[in-house]
Amino acid sequence: MSMLQVSVYRYNPETDSAPYMQEFQVDTQGRDLMVLNILELIKQQDSSMAYRRSCREGVCGSDGMNMNGTNGLACVTPLSAVTKGGKLVLRPLPGLPVIRDLVVDMGIFYKQYERIQPYLQNENSPPAIERLQSPEERDKLDGLYECILCACCSTSCPSFWWNPDKFVGPAGLLQAYRFLADSRDTATRERLAELEDPFSVFRCRGIMNCVAVCPKGLNPTRAIGKIRELLLANAT
Amino acid sequence: MVTNITNFGRSGLSDWLIQRVSAIILMLYTIFMVGYLLFAPDLDYLTWRGLFDQTWMRIFSLLAFLSLAAHAWIGLWTVVTDYIKPTGIRFAVQVAIILAIFIFLVWGVQVLWGA
Repeated sequence: MSMLQVSVYRYNPETDSAPYMQEFQVDTQGRDLMVLNILELIKQQDSSMAYRRSCREGVCGSDGMNMNGTNGLACVTPLSAVTKGGKLVLRPLPGLPVIRDLVVDMGIFYKQYERIQPYLQNENSPPAIERLQSPEERDKLDGLYECILCACCSTSCPSFWWNPDKFVGPAGLLQAYRFLADSRDTATRERLAELEDPFSVFRCRGIMNCVAVCPKGLNPTRAIGKIRELLLANAT
Repeated sequence: MVTNITNFGRSGLSDWLIQRVSAIILMLYTIFMVGYLLFAPDLDYLTWRGLFDQTWMRIFSLLAFLSLAAHAWIGLWTVVTDYIKPTGIRFAVQVAIILAIFIFLVWGVQVLWGA
């Protein structure tokens, strides 16, 4: 028996007047489990425990949460990477409304994603088969297209906490640059015009929390820097 | 596009650029002033006055004052829009900041060109 003490954020708006932390003792049998495994063991103890999960291998982006103060995907985060002094604290992603326990309302996060028009726009008529890219043009999308929209980055960003309705946030801006950098997209000017206000891009203060927490190892801060360069080149 | 009418340059891009350029000007002015004070062995009123009687020093100082005013407005505007959510209080604080910056700027010009 090797017990892990886990403290979990609980809130059921139908029965609880306020959120609270519930303590659980979980037997890990000495194994270095993933945090998601711990949640599954907790659910065996208390079936009312609510969290999102799907692929359990870091691809779907459902189980983003705050583990001992750091955002990440529970399914690909081993206990050895987050536990401090044999203790684990699980909270929902910060800054988003809680629906229940670890389940958050991602509405405003998706709204910002929608705002950057995350689809190819090309004013030229489509060729017979497909729009071709050179290998070099395709290389520009590496480090951008891999985002799974788990919201770990945007919900670790204070600028997004204070202005989630106006600042696009690191996840949305990474995708904004993904389409600005795409050789098949011709709406660059229109996209840039949507981003040059004081909030959408420029609320980024470059603290790089997004880079520190991204479970896919992506770099939204670099993408934001590239957007600034494009805006500057377009306007000077 | 998020609409805004109270920020300095009416555009995030111009605010961002002004913030960086004004920071460099303020850095150069600070380095010059610190260097001057360190390497002026027996600084008296006449020497100090002589420095500020020169046109280039007045231009340099006015440039630094204008940079400070723009830099302070852009920075404080950002802080205010981050942390003060009620519109009435936020607008009042913004007006107070603009007023203070304006007063300091006019006062600075008076000091530079006054008797």
